[in-house]
Amino acid sequence: MELFKSLIVILLSSVLLNNYVLSRFLGICPFLGVSKKLDQAVGMGVSVTAVMLLATAVTWPIQYFVLERFGLGYTQTIVFILVIAALVQMLENLLKKFSPSLHKGLGVYLPLITTNCAVLGVAINNITDGYNFLESMVSSLGVGLGFLLAMVLFSGVRSRIDESEVPESFKGLAVTLIAASFISLAFMGFAGIVDNLFA
Amino acid sequence: MNKNGNLSVLTKGILKENPVFILILGTCPTLATTNNVIGAFGMGIAALAVLVCSNILISLLRKIIPDNVRIPCYIVIIAGFVTIVEMVVKAFFPALYEMLGVYLALITVNCIILGRAEMFASKNNVVRSALDGLGMGIGFTLALCAMATIREVLGAGSFAGIAIPFMTDYKIEFFIKAPGGMLVYGLLIALVYKITSGKGPKKREFSCNGCPSAQYCSNGSCAKEVE
Repeated sequence: MELFKSLIVILLSSVLLNNYVLSRFLGICPFLGVSKKLDQAVGMGVSVTAVMLLATAVTWPIQYFVLERFGLGYTQTIVFILVIAALVQMLENLLKKFSPSLHKGLGVYLPLITTNCAVLGVAINNITDGYNFLESMVSSLGVGLGFLLAMVLFSGVRSRIDESEVPESFKGLAVTLIAASFISLAFMGFAGIVDNLFA
Repeated sequence: MNKNGNLSVLTKGILKENPVFILILGTCPTLATTNNVIGAFGMGIAALAVLVCSNILISLLRKIIPDNVRIPCYIVIIAGFVTIVEMVVKAFFPALYEMLGVYLALITVNCIILGRAEMFASKNNVVRSALDGLGMGIGFTLALCAMATIREVLGAGSFAGIAIPFMTDYKIEFFIKAPGGMLVYGLLIALVYKITSGKGPKKREFSCNGCPSAQYCSNGSCAKEVE
């Protein structure tokens, strides 16, 4: 029961409290770039969640069974980014071969994910936070879902911006960032909610 | 390539093609590390070091690296330099290392560095690439410091950790929190556009040209965005 509780806390705090996009600024690029339409936002969000889970499932054992065991901790950054890049490429090829329809839906987002800082960020953070394997997986799931949530909410806001009249200087990225700022402000309202969940 | 002298290669990164406000590259560290001036400056210098070193090496190897595997090659080179910078910062500036945390490792996936490798270093000689890296790095550092100054003075009432007498009584914590960062960045982009009156490169939307993945997604989501 205690385990279950702690996993719920990790999950909820990475979805709401420490939302990677809105409070830690990781994965801003796809958040601003691919959130214009709802279907694109969902596609990107789902792909990122899948890659995060997969990346954690691979990088966590590498860190503890290879790097730490042989005293190679300092190569963490290089090894992780290579693993993620290879993983993404492999996933794309597999999807292309075995599920062309899924590849059509999600495949276009996959190459973009290699250089998504949220994926590398979650892999490194899971290690720095000292999570065990199960906790790492739950935390990655939470971060991915948080990313999906932010993307979906934001695509709604952006379609409203597109219909409104924006001053010339603010057109494009400026107004988008300001809108993102308000969503981030709204998410600050979740502060404290997770700590008091089981109190 | 442009025929301008080496000096303009150096200076264009500082103003005309400022990576943060005009090219809109590297948004993540820009937002994340600008809640205080010291962190922003450290981040800027760390990125500058990686940028110059990786630009030099990639330019030297530009004829050796096969074209179709160049992105993974660039990533390995950049990750190598990031690791070196990480170790140096950890050894000599432990306080800064604590402050920057994971963002230091994330210089690896900073679009500015891959973007410059792809757009400039792979096509130019060593001297020009080094100057380009230096200029872009200085532009990045200056932009980060400018943004951090606004956020720290308004949000914490201090500058580089030194309290400003009057401002400490009226600090607005909103500015050092996450939403404040996005708001200040949005306003600054609008301001820079107003000042340059749109003469800068027409990159009002999130940039795809600088995105290292753009080559892969010519029929993907990015292409639709650019249309």
